[in-house]
Order: sequence, then structure tokens, then C-alpha cells
Amino acid sequence: MKFTSVFDIIGPVMIGPSSSHTAGAARIGRVARDLFGRQPKWAKIHLYGSFAETYKGHGTDVALIGGLLNYDTFDERIKTAFADAEKAGLDYEFIPETANMEHPNTARLVIGDDEGEMSVVGISIGGGKIEVSEVNGFKLRLTGGMPAILVVHDDRAGCIANVANCLAMHAVNIGHMEVSRIERGLTALMVIEVDQNIEDKVLQQISLIPHISKVSKINN
Amino acid sequence: MDVLFHNVRELVERAEQEGKLISEIMIEQEMLITGRTREEIIQQMDNNLTVMEEAIERGLNGVKSVTGLTGGDAVLLQNYIAQGNSLSGDLLLDAVSKAVATNEVNAAMGTICATPTAGSAGVVPGTLFAVKNKLNPTREQMIRYLFTSGAFGFVVANNASISGAAGGCQAEVGSAAGMAAAAIVEMAGGTPQQCSEAFAITLKNMLGLVCDPVAGLVEVPCVKRNAMGAANSLVAADMALAGVTSRIPCDEVIGAMYRIGQSMSPNLKETARGGLAATPTGKAISKAIFDNGNLESIKSLQK
Repeated sequence: MKFTSVFDIIGPVMIGPSSSHTAGAARIGRVARDLFGRQPKWAKIHLYGSFAETYKGHGTDVALIGGLLNYDTFDERIKTAFADAEKAGLDYEFIPETANMEHPNTARLVIGDDEGEMSVVGISIGGGKIEVSEVNGFKLRLTGGMPAILVVHDDRAGCIANVANCLAMHAVNIGHMEVSRIERGLTALMVIEVDQNIEDKVLQQISLIPHISKVSKINN
Repeated sequence: MDVLFHNVRELVERAEQEGKLISEIMIEQEMLITGRTREEIIQQMDNNLTVMEEAIERGLNGVKSVTGLTGGDAVLLQNYIAQGNSLSGDLLLDAVSKAVATNEVNAAMGTICATPTAGSAGVVPGTLFAVKNKLNPTREQMIRYLFTSGAFGFVVANNASISGAAGGCQAEVGSAAGMAAAAIVEMAGGTPQQCSEAFAITLKNMLGLVCDPVAGLVEVPCVKRNAMGAANSLVAADMALAGVTSRIPCDEVIGAMYRIGQSMSPNLKETARGGLAATPTGKAISKAIFDNGNLESIKSLQK
């Protein structure tokens, strides 16, 4: 089931005018920021389908930037997100695309700073609900409805067990888990949905495990 | 995941077998799925109700969108009702004006509660705050109205769609109107089955409705679609309460809505390439907004 809570239907409380194009866009921006782990200095935002056709009228652009600035769907500052981005030192560019994607409301955010960059594909599935369908080229399905940890690691035996052990030591229960890799023996990605928000010290411990190259989280 | 209902048939059966309201089944399912307490869940819905009430108040005082395309119609309607000559009835027009008020606030980038979406956010609160004057519900009953709406919306969202980009306006205002109709029936003392009939009758009459926003804005025709969604839901609720039933079961109507959405051209699904958006005036408005950035010229177009 894509929609699990009554508040997916009666909600969110948000700044208008569109739940999918404004609130959903803000959430996609915010999840991308969470995954990146800090505020990016630049963002190249590719828009597909209905997003590409109508983003100006729906405030999709200001909402995406607002999300990257960590604004929630009901944050009045969404309206001034462009000016706020300039003050915060965030450069941005919108690129409407003509390619057909699986879902009509899709955005690919390529964000970065001097330390690194990240690519996140988010889709807005209606009523403000979103999914993350790709991170750095890895296909996945992340609803953002539960806290989650993303672990980039070498594709080697034992990595998954080590991460699971670390979570067990902190009494963190795993609700759902997916593992994917682009090519055998190279880099792989673990997506772990958990029952509670994760403290930074847990992430730090996971990042110290051998063959783990990057750890990020989404809190709920 | 364990849920108490996957479709309207299961929802109604459970409510009738356990002698409970549909709103109660929705609250129980929310507790089951999220592990939150009843108090927390009720409190969140209470907050959403407050947001709805404030949006209506703001709209009834008169707002204008950034483009100037929408705003002020809620005020016109309230003034007209006050003159006492309305033909379709004061309660119905009150619901229409409050639905319009909410969507005018939404178009002005004000704060609203999506029900189920922002573009269709007027129907459920608009009908609620109009029916309130006739049925004098308690605050708890008003909160239940939102859970009943949510239960039907939950089924539509999971079995069909509530996104205009995926299913057209029938998925947004059509769903919202059906949700409102079911909630009106419960508040008026109807049975869970009558709620289901009201939903089915409403949605049947909004099947095929396309999403064709002029200039891609949630303004024209969205605000007036909410107005007629509210009217549709009130009439359907009255029909169901009178004992009228839908020959096509509610879940099959939802299935039909889904398939119609699948076969709808992308031009008619929130891309602003077809329908009213593609009329000469629709295109002129779009050009005035985006090519010239000249909002004054839009105002002159309306005269």
C-alpha cells in the first residue's frame, strides 16, 4: 500500500497551491538535503513530465529550493525561498526535460558542495506523498514515511551482517531493507527503514565498519 | 502490512458487523498502523480542522491570487446568500462559497490542509462548515467527519489515484466530493452502507473529469471545480439518505475511475496542454503570465 496513514489523505497542512507540485516538491528537496547530510552549495534540478510543464505556476521551483533549505510543507518561508537561497549561498538551476519518466511528477536533483555531490530522483505520487526512486544511480524505493539509513559500501561478504549487528547493539529494529548494486563486486547500497529516528553516533559507528564508504539518514 | 480494510466493501462490512461508525474504523486502523495513541491521532486531526476553519475565514474576508486570476468569489457568494433570494438553497450555496474560499486561499499560496490534495482542498471543509449550521455537530463529530472522509480517500488513493497528473480531476475533486458525501451521510445519521452509496453516486457523476489548469496554475478551473464538487456531494448525500442506491457498487466505480484515468491523454492530466488550458483565452492568459511577466495584462483579459 502506497498510502498508509489517514494523514496522507487529510493532510498535509501546507502552503498552496498544489499538494503534488508544491508540498511534494518541498519534501523531495528536504529528503535530498537529508541524504546529502548538509546544505548544498549548488543544485541542478531536472524536471520531468507535469513538473516540467507547470513548475512555475505551481511554485514547484520555490518549494524544491525551500526543501533544500530545510523548510517543511507548511513553512511560510517557501514563498521567499529564492531570495533566502541567495543569502544562504545556494546556487540553483532548473532544467525542464522532455524525456518520459515512469511517473509524471519526477525531479532529479544533482546537488553538491566543495566536499562532494549527490544525485537524487524523487517522485511526487499525489496528495503531498513522495518516493525516492534513485540515489547516485542506485534504483530503490524509499517512501520517506519512516526513518531510514542509506549505506554505500563495497559489494563484499559480511557487510550487511556487520551493519545489522551495529543496529542490533543500539536496539534499532529494521522494518524493511533493500540491497542493490550497479555491478557485481563493486559498489552496493543498503536502504534500511527503521522504527525510530537514528542518532548521529549510530551513523558514526556504522561509518567506521570496514568497506563502508558513506552513511546518510532520513529522519521522520 | 495488516490493515482493517482494503476496499469500501470491507470497510462497510466491518463497520456494520461491529456496530461502529466508519470514522471509528479509520481511527482504529490509524492506531494499528502507526502505533500512536487515540489521543495523539485525534489531536492531529483537530489541528487540521483548525487549519481548515482559518482558511475558510480568510477566504470569506476576500483574498486575491498573485496573478489576480482568482479571488473574491467567496465574498460575492456570501453577499448573494445574505440577500435571501438564492435558488439552489442557502446551505448548498454556503458550502459552495466555503469551498471556493478555501481554494482561493490555496491559489494565493496561503496555508491549507490538503484533502486529499491542495487543488481539491475546498470540498471537504466547505461542506463540513456549511452542514455544521444545520446539524449542530460537536467538535468531536466534526473531527469524525474528517476521519470518515479519510477512510474513503484511503481506499481511492491505494486502489486508484488521488493525483491529477496520474488520473485527471476526477481523481482529485471527484475523490474529494465522494469523500465529503460519505462524511455528510455519517454526520446526518446515515448507515455505513448509505455512506458508500453517497460516495458512489458522487464519483459516478465526476468520472472523466480532466485536469486542464490554465497556465498550469491551480486557479482556473480548479476553484470552480471545488464549488461544483461541494454541490455534487451535498445532493448525492441527500439522495443516499433518501434511500437511493447506486446500481454499480462503490469499489467498481473507483475501479472505473482508475481505468478512465489510465486511458486519459497526458494532455488532459495536469500538463496544461489540453482542455481549457488550450483554449484561445487559456493560452493568452498563460502567455501574459509567463512570457511578459505582466500581471496587469491578465487583469485586462478578465474584463
